[in-house]
Amino acid sequence: MAEEKKENLITVNIDGQDLQVPAGTNMVEAVKMLGKEVPHYCYHPKLSIAGNCRMCLVEMGMPGKDRATGEPMLNEDGTPKIMWMPGPAIACGTNAAPGMHIKTNSPKAVESRESVTEFLLVNHPLDCPICDQAGECKLQEFSASHGRGYSRFIEEKNVKPKRTRLGPRVTLDDERCILCSRCVRFSQEIAKDDVLGFTDRGSYSTLTCFPGKELANNYSLNTVDICPVGALTSTDFRFKMRVWFLKESKSIDLESSVGCNTVVSSREGKVYRVTPRRNDEVNDTWMPDSGRELYKQIESEDRLSYSTVNGSQTSAVEAIKAAAEILKGEGVAIVGSGRNTVEEQFVLKQIADQVNAKGVYLVARYGDGDGILVSKDRNPNVRGALATGLISDLPAEQLSVLASQIDSGEVSTVLASKEDLVAAGLSEEQLKKVKLIVIDTHASATTKNADVAIAGLTQFEKSGSVINQQFRIQKFHKAVPGPVGSIDDLAALSAIQASLSGETFPSVVGTVWEKIAAEGNIFEGLSFKGIADTGVLLDGSAFSGLAFVEGKSLHFEPKLEAAAAE
Amino acid sequence: MPIVVKRKPLTFLEKLYIPEIVRGLTVTFRRMFFGETVTLEYPEQRPPIPAGYRGVPTLVRDPEGREKCVSCQLCEFVCPPKAIRITPGEIPEDSDYSHVEKAPKEFDIDMLRCIYCGMCQEVCPEEAIWLQNQYSMSGYTRAEMVNNKAKLYELGGTLPDEHFKWNKKKEAAANGGDHGHGPAMPPADMPRSENPEVPPVYPK
Repeated sequence: MAEEKKENLITVNIDGQDLQVPAGTNMVEAVKMLGKEVPHYCYHPKLSIAGNCRMCLVEMGMPGKDRATGEPMLNEDGTPKIMWMPGPAIACGTNAAPGMHIKTNSPKAVESRESVTEFLLVNHPLDCPICDQAGECKLQEFSASHGRGYSRFIEEKNVKPKRTRLGPRVTLDDERCILCSRCVRFSQEIAKDDVLGFTDRGSYSTLTCFPGKELANNYSLNTVDICPVGALTSTDFRFKMRVWFLKESKSIDLESSVGCNTVVSSREGKVYRVTPRRNDEVNDTWMPDSGRELYKQIESEDRLSYSTVNGSQTSAVEAIKAAAEILKGEGVAIVGSGRNTVEEQFVLKQIADQVNAKGVYLVARYGDGDGILVSKDRNPNVRGALATGLISDLPAEQLSVLASQIDSGEVSTVLASKEDLVAAGLSEEQLKKVKLIVIDTHASATTKNADVAIAGLTQFEKSGSVINQQFRIQKFHKAVPGPVGSIDDLAALSAIQASLSGETFPSVVGTVWEKIAAEGNIFEGLSFKGIADTGVLLDGSAFSGLAFVEGKSLHFEPKLEAAAAE
Repeated sequence: MPIVVKRKPLTFLEKLYIPEIVRGLTVTFRRMFFGETVTLEYPEQRPPIPAGYRGVPTLVRDPEGREKCVSCQLCEFVCPPKAIRITPGEIPEDSDYSHVEKAPKEFDIDMLRCIYCGMCQEVCPEEAIWLQNQYSMSGYTRAEMVNNKAKLYELGGTLPDEHFKWNKKKEAAANGGDHGHGPAMPPADMPRSENPEVPPVYPK
């Protein structure tokens, strides 16, 4: 394999430096490998090449050949003579060829870039103080680094509509558009929802939706991410906060088992937006719109901000003590969740072993898979529960087994984490029959009936890891502190386990991982720190007999179907 | 070898002290009745403030009464003691200035933190924040020492400049720059900025 790759390498010369690149690499990527940058707007590594912004102009040349003899032409010193093209070429649309020479900083290339920048700025408004893109705007950056630094334009600028509604989540500021067509190509190629196009010509050109259509698909906000200027703006984030204030934390989209990599942007304990993070093995550079709204759960009205024992407010420490006391009794059942992190599921498993649990359940949560980045399984971490040994088979949507156990009196105590048992098929009468301990973030019928309710944290307020549909373990980090009165779910579970077993138990992800790795299952040799930012692929072959529900999606082929195809 | 300075013995008049008292009182009474005063009756009297003085930061309006701040938050970013806090907001579409789009919803400057450095004024792309000649702030509570948006505009007043930067956009639309699909035509009595008669001279 490695040898095959080597054979495909070709040598190009960039600004006098020889570089080996794989065949088929375009010049933008080749120059990037050298640590330099060719400025570009319309080129996007995950989209087709349009070549319409002209910003990536470079000078290129090929070794000359004598037409009569076919012999390579040589300089006097014996080096191959380079026949430079008379005009510059676009680096995004030209693939590297053996022996190709590229000049990215020659006077001609610099002059080309300055001229293109000048043309792009002719009708671009001086909106930077009110533009949401300012600070992460390619046009702003490249105008500074590749522009002339002054304007020769004394005519009046074009005026175009400033707040066109393209869809429920996207607002278009037409004046700022530089017609790179990234959004058009994204809609056609990735979202497969061809709704955007340009109408009119020249300075009249306008980005519009086709008549009767709107940019409403679940991937519409990706067009905002890839817009190199501030033309496409997120209606939700519009005018909320300047980007240079935002602290970025690496996170994971926990809405389904795809596990898109994300960046959570927050300032002073408040999350402002969630954007995708590039992971070529999972989500490329995209994520669904639905996952971007998850941060709103942090400040939702029904958020639990304190723990209760028998309905009265108490400290988390007292609640944990009461919970541990209850769990020391007989007939305990545990309801974990596919929304728990691997670490929480591991500690739940320890608790289940400690109390000799009569049953350990998960609640399945199914929706429609869209074949791109939302899968059928809306639990982000069912595979984590399997891998930690919390459950051994795929969960059911209803807790009917637990219901009959309660009715027969076999189960008299239930510990539930992040699940609403009423929504999962138990009646309130059944809940009243048992001693109920709940760790959750939001109020529900279950927390109302709980003897002990412990206020936990959302994914934005804690760190942890989840295993996605590919059996790739990915970690997310704490972005903002939790509300006063809440406690990290993992710390709460660890404290309960410590109290039950009478031994100390680690309560933060780093130390819990030492225990997880020591178990000798598929996590062997891993540590929380050792999980790469793009995740680590685990060996899921032990679970290949299970009928996972996910269908085909981006970078994922369901194993059963693959086996059936063979 | 130490030097011994011999003290001159006092004369008779010096021993009386009275001539010296009279001499001192002469100066006192001359200043009291005939001389110019060098002190000010602060706070009733205030000293003249030199141009360019850096007093309390304020927000200003333009001669049309439009608030100049567009809440770009650059002052908040540059402020060394983090005294400025802005909550941005959107100008409603039915406003005359809807084409400016953005204005602060809240704008707080904590005068207990402010160090009067003038960075906010320097960085402001809209010339909306100015350190003017107000120099004394006092209050009984910490909360009183935080100037909110209303207070800042009250302190700031109107800046008599003639840029009308944002009107140029409406003018461009009126002159056909919108190709017929731009924002509404500006009102006829809208003040117009002067067009540059002489083209500017560029470097190189």
